[in-house]
Formats: sequence, structure tokens, C-alpha cells
Amino acid sequence: MTIVIVDYGAGNVLNVAKAIEYTGMSVKISKDPADIASADGLVVPGVGAFAKAVDQLKVAELVEPIKNYAKSGRPLLGICLGMQLLFDSSTEFGETEGLGLIPGQVVALPQQKNYKVPQMGWNKNEVRLENPLTKTIDDKYTYFVHGYYAVTDKKYIAATVPYGQVAVPSIVVNKNVIGVQFHPEKSGLDGLSLWQSFQEMVVGV
Amino acid sequence: MGLAKRIIPALDIKSGQVVKGISFDQIRAVGNPVALAKRYQEMGADELVFLDITATIEGWATMKSVVDQVSKEIFIPLTVGGGIRSLDEMTSLIQAGADKIFLNSAAVKDPGLVAAGAQVFGAQAMVGAIDAKWDPVNGFYRVYSAGGAKPTELDAIKWAQELVQAGAGELLVTSIDADGQKKGYDLRLYQQLTAAVDVPIIASGGAGTTKDFVDVFEDGSVDAALAASVFHYNQIAIPDLKRNLREEQVEVRL
Repeated sequence: MTIVIVDYGAGNVLNVAKAIEYTGMSVKISKDPADIASADGLVVPGVGAFAKAVDQLKVAELVEPIKNYAKSGRPLLGICLGMQLLFDSSTEFGETEGLGLIPGQVVALPQQKNYKVPQMGWNKNEVRLENPLTKTIDDKYTYFVHGYYAVTDKKYIAATVPYGQVAVPSIVVNKNVIGVQFHPEKSGLDGLSLWQSFQEMVVGV
Repeated sequence: MGLAKRIIPALDIKSGQVVKGISFDQIRAVGNPVALAKRYQEMGADELVFLDITATIEGWATMKSVVDQVSKEIFIPLTVGGGIRSLDEMTSLIQAGADKIFLNSAAVKDPGLVAAGAQVFGAQAMVGAIDAKWDPVNGFYRVYSAGGAKPTELDAIKWAQELVQAGAGELLVTSIDADGQKKGYDLRLYQQLTAAVDVPIIASGGAGTTKDFVDVFEDGSVDAALAASVFHYNQIAIPDLKRNLREEQVEVRL
């Protein structure tokens, strides 16, 4: 069983790899479409701006391999910006098309008094839909760093965190395609338990 | 509802070992960084700050290896700094596993370094560190560089604003007056800072009791509180501290 982390140049993939290794899975960091096609589990990481990340995915010719992988039914996990990329589009620096694996749009967090943007720190998850990945996360704090969030139908929202008046989707799910807005590789022991759950999904397929 | 207030143990690293300087001198070793960091993660620390106090080439290589080892076993945000002078050094620390880099004296010398780091890694990865001391003659908080040794002409509140403008996504502000005294954080300093800038503030220097943390969150309005010796010598246990904070209606991660 090998987890492949898509390496397209957006952000620090090594810390994600370290967390996955720590929970006992074998990891390959790769931008080779053949590795993506044969992965048992796929992780799309990402830190930075949406439009630039999409450009980097296109330049590396990884858009189709990721979409094809998603069709296979095997688990795909997007993290932070990698979660946002799963949606149809984002308004960050003009309208940019995403991977379209989950219906919805990524928009800026609104300005609210006493709620700084970006949201940076630990916030508490409220599970809304049961899912293998949400079983250990209800009422737990996870670590967020983001200025944009996903607006999507509630049938895709497995968990949220409260940020002022906004219920920020923290875990989104469309069948085998899952996105987490927080950084499970930086969310302490509760983050590690999410990696355990992901491992169980991968092994179970 | 929103973010939990963060509790951050600081680990001063010299030659690969954790030490704690009392009022910036009299260094005593207290342990192995990976073991200590792991213990803090288990106890519920929300983030760790590593300060390299060696400031030599050998110390620098040791620090990278410490960050690499810690990030293989500890999965909370790691903020690293001390003696960083270039974008290359920041890059190598981030590659070793640091999530955020803090710049202190180097930013005083060249604020462009903060901007350069923010360009490459994002503002969320750049922490502006300030050592401030009240100047009673002139009536302002004066910035000190070189580990608190060298007075500058900078006003800490204005300097905080400049660092944010340059691209710092967060500020780590140490009160030299309060540091090592264990008589509480310098609340007036943080009140002035939180009124002046919009980015998260980490308060540092002066923690002696649980009440000091309550005060700096409630009256200082900071987002995070850093301490070293009260945690290293187990004078305050983080789980107890967090339970007390929650009883005082301060939101914390438990």
C-alpha cells in the first residue's frame, strides 16, 4: 500500500510525508502520472494561491491524472489549498477554474470584527455527516491557516468550524474525494488520528 | 466563536540541546529537544518555538538537524529562528520542517528580508520578532537587537506596524523588562500592540503563574502566550493551565 503525495511545487510536502510515515504508511512524493494512476491513496497538498497552484498543476500536466484517479474510486485527500482545488472554481485573484471534483466555489473569508483573516490557529470541529474520516474529529481542535473557504451544498459538508458568523467547511466529502481545510499534519494527536482513519480507508478499498 | 488561544513553550537551543537563558544570560541546559518537544505535544502545547542561541556555523547545521528530527515525530506547528540572515537560511529551515520562521535582528538590519520571505513562503510563515524595553526617559517601548543586548532607535509599536507592512503574518514580542522575572506579562505593551496591528500577537516574557496567562489573554488581548522556564521546570503543567484558562472563560484547545 502506497500513498502518493502529488508534488507540483506548491508548499511544503515533506511535513505531510513525515506525518503519513509516522502513522505507518509508505509514502511516495511524485509528479509522475504513472505513480498517481497506481496509487492506493492520493494526497493533494498545497499552500499558497489558488490560481498559481492550478497553473502549476497544468504545467506539470497533472490535472487529467488526478481527475482519472478520482474516477477510480480510490481515496483522494486534498489538504488546505489542495482541498480548495477540488472545487469547481475560486474567486481568489479573479475567477479560476479548479478540478471540479466537488461542486462548489472557493471565496474569501468575510471581514468580521475580532476575526482576523487569514484564520490562523486552532478551531473546533463539529461533525455534520458521518464519514470514516470524521469519526475521531467531532469536538476536536485542528490547525487552520487560510483566507478563503469553500461554499458548497450541505450534502458535501462533513464537518465545520465556527469563525464568527461563518460555518467554515473543515471536511468536505464527495464519495471517495475528500478535502480537509485544516492541516492534519500539524494538528497534533487529533491530526494523527485522521491520518489513521485515512489509512483505514486506503486499506479497506 | 473562533480560535483557541495558543500556549507555546519556547525551546532555546544551543549545540543541539535545550537551554533556557534567564534574563538573556546564565544559560542552563534542560534537555533533549525531540524528547521535550514530544512531551509538550502530548501535554497539549499548541505550537513550539525554537530559538537557536548558538549563532555560529556549527550551531546552524545542528539547528537544521534538530528541526528535521523534531518534525519527524512532533506534529504541531514549529516556529524557528535565531541568527537567520538570508533567504537561503530560511529556505533550508523550512525544508528541514519549520512551518514558520521568525526574524529579529536581521529584520532590524534589513526589513526587505521579511518581504522576501513572505514572497516565497507566504505571510503566514513569516513571524516578526521584537525585543522591546520601556524607555522611561523618552516614554516609549524601544526595540533592542542582538538578543536584547543592543538598543536601536526604533519604537516597538511603529516597528510592529512596519514589520506587518513588510509581510510578517504574526508578531512574537518579548518584553525585556518582564523576561525572566516571573511577575507577569507586560500588559501595557500588548494592549498598545493589539490596538496598532491586525495580525496575531504572541506575548513573551514574564510568565510566573496561571493568572499571568489569564491576564495576558483577557487584558492584553493577545492570541498566544509563550513561556519557557515555567514549563521546562514543570512549575506550570500545561494541562492544568489550560483547564484553569477554560474555567476563566478563555477558549483553549483541550
